[in-house]
Amino acid sequence: MSFELETAAHPEKLKRIAIEPVSRVEGHGKVTILLDEDNQVHQVRLHIVEFRGFEKFIQGRPYWEVPVMVQRLCGICPVSHHLAASKALDMVVGAKLTPTAEKLRRLMHAGQILQSHALHFFHLSSPDLMFGFGSAVATRNVVGVIAAYPDVAKKGVLLRKYGQEIIRHTAGKRVHGTGSVPGGVNKSLAVEERDLLLKDAYQMVAWSREAVQLIRGLFEKNLAEYNAFGRFPSHSMSLVRADGAMDLYHGGLRARDADGQLIFDHFNYERYWDVISEDVKPWSYMKFPFMKALGPERGWYRVGPLARVANCDFIPTPLADKAREEFLAYDGGSVAGATLGYHWARMIEMLHAAETIKDLLHDEDILGTDLMAKGERAQRGVGVIEAPRGTLIHHYRVNEDDQVIRANLIVSTTHNNQPMNEAIRQVAKQYLSGNKISEGLLNHIEVAIRCFDPCLSCATHALGQMPLEVSLIDAEGKLLDRMLKNQRGACLTE
Amino acid sequence: MKPPILIFAWGNPSRGDDALGPLFVEGIEAMNHPAVECQTDFQLQVEHALDLHGRERVLFVDASLTAAAPFSFSPIFPDKDASFTTHAMTPQAILHTYTQLESCPPPPSWLLAIRGESFELGEPVCPAAKLNLAAAIIWARSWLPVVGFGELDTGTP
Repeated sequence: MSFELETAAHPEKLKRIAIEPVSRVEGHGKVTILLDEDNQVHQVRLHIVEFRGFEKFIQGRPYWEVPVMVQRLCGICPVSHHLAASKALDMVVGAKLTPTAEKLRRLMHAGQILQSHALHFFHLSSPDLMFGFGSAVATRNVVGVIAAYPDVAKKGVLLRKYGQEIIRHTAGKRVHGTGSVPGGVNKSLAVEERDLLLKDAYQMVAWSREAVQLIRGLFEKNLAEYNAFGRFPSHSMSLVRADGAMDLYHGGLRARDADGQLIFDHFNYERYWDVISEDVKPWSYMKFPFMKALGPERGWYRVGPLARVANCDFIPTPLADKAREEFLAYDGGSVAGATLGYHWARMIEMLHAAETIKDLLHDEDILGTDLMAKGERAQRGVGVIEAPRGTLIHHYRVNEDDQVIRANLIVSTTHNNQPMNEAIRQVAKQYLSGNKISEGLLNHIEVAIRCFDPCLSCATHALGQMPLEVSLIDAEGKLLDRMLKNQRGACLTE
Repeated sequence: MKPPILIFAWGNPSRGDDALGPLFVEGIEAMNHPAVECQTDFQLQVEHALDLHGRERVLFVDASLTAAAPFSFSPIFPDKDASFTTHAMTPQAILHTYTQLESCPPPPSWLLAIRGESFELGEPVCPAAKLNLAAAIIWARSWLPVVGFGELDTGTP
């Protein structure tokens, strides 16, 4: 749990490489690497400009608008924000959800997990895994996967599409859905909708099982490299159900140390600030959360699929639970601590989501008419959900006029700030030190970042962006070399 | 039976001029054109290739920082995409994905890029972009009937 390579002793004497997506909006990432004259790595930092201005965006609005508004913070997982905000505002209206409302929200959430994990694995990470981290950039992309593995790619597209359809039917629309509201939901499923979705549910379970086997096979072929790649010891945190089961929608907070020992368990998230705090570092806009009991240097932790699969005692759907047992037992349990283990864990969660969808579609409660509940009005609400990338916290204070007067969000990418930095430092040390810098080598850094799938708030994607810039600068600040990766991924050297 | 023309716009309605695409779609939907189906999303993603199936024509619409004001209009063709992230794809890559998935060429497609200036969260569309949007919708009035019922006008506006 060291901070090795976070700050070089004499940065003024080192060369600097910056991997920078040039974006005119907030929510972009940048990696800086300082090297000495022999290309030995001395400092590596990941800078992510996280959501800024969202408090202002939300403050002053009526609380009932918030679950819809927050979807516009992020184009990648709007449903997670929709549900986390709804959960927080359930507290404000004093609601204990009806079975129909809770199951419909769980169904919507499972659709979100399924589509997000499918997109991540098949279209974001599989090019790295199937073609190699340093392979030609011209083929190392989703189109390359489609060309080389058309069957795999097509299943990925259809899994993603199915998850989007679950969202459309439960949230009302494919984007900017309104299905979840403070106190419940505003629609249930019609029988015809349920039957339509059920028609493909078993196929999605089968394809998700294949995906678990696919990533397992990739580990079998590349075990030594995958196990060592960007590996570092870390605490973990996630929600778990009262009986210790994985629960991506609701539960108590559980944290374990790198050896699997409990740090806290079943902690009520309504007072998350009693166990979690956020540190600030002068070189980063994004905060660094840590467990208060351990302090900022030792208390950072990872969240997301790897943390969740390892943290829970079991998964409450049979196929995913069996897959989890095999994952944890594989190679003596080594993979559960590997950064690339995120991908395997992600596919286990995708299988769990597919099984959950299938089970909920067989539950008559989702056709019910008892949609709303209310109780004693409160002025504060906290909602926590396990979003595709990890634990997501929404916290609001609402005044007597029903206006939101304070908002605080801790998103999964913020929880994973320190772990992402650790991963890229390990990769830089393993692959960059002493070598000539190339696009393939720099991609190793991106591969490490992609394990966590940080959300870069890329809800704005107007044409004309330049997503990547790499500059090599000497100790005097003189530009030695510059490589541009244009919007379409083509590399140009100036 | 799917409408033969798909207009697909993307952008975040709450990020200033990024709303130009979705607002363009609102303008088109108000015309109730029988041959047109409109769709919007935050950004282009791989599954949108499936939305092209069964179409005769597709118009992609986005805000642009580089297009000349008020807008540019051009045909687009399938092309590989090696973007830094697939959190979003280009329309050319969507067409290429369609080709690979369906084993046939995609429907003829065009890109309408409406010039925008400011993209901050919570900001409204700026006055200059509003004028560009209005010009694009006026242009669409003359373009759509031609596209829907006869030869396609592929000229730049």
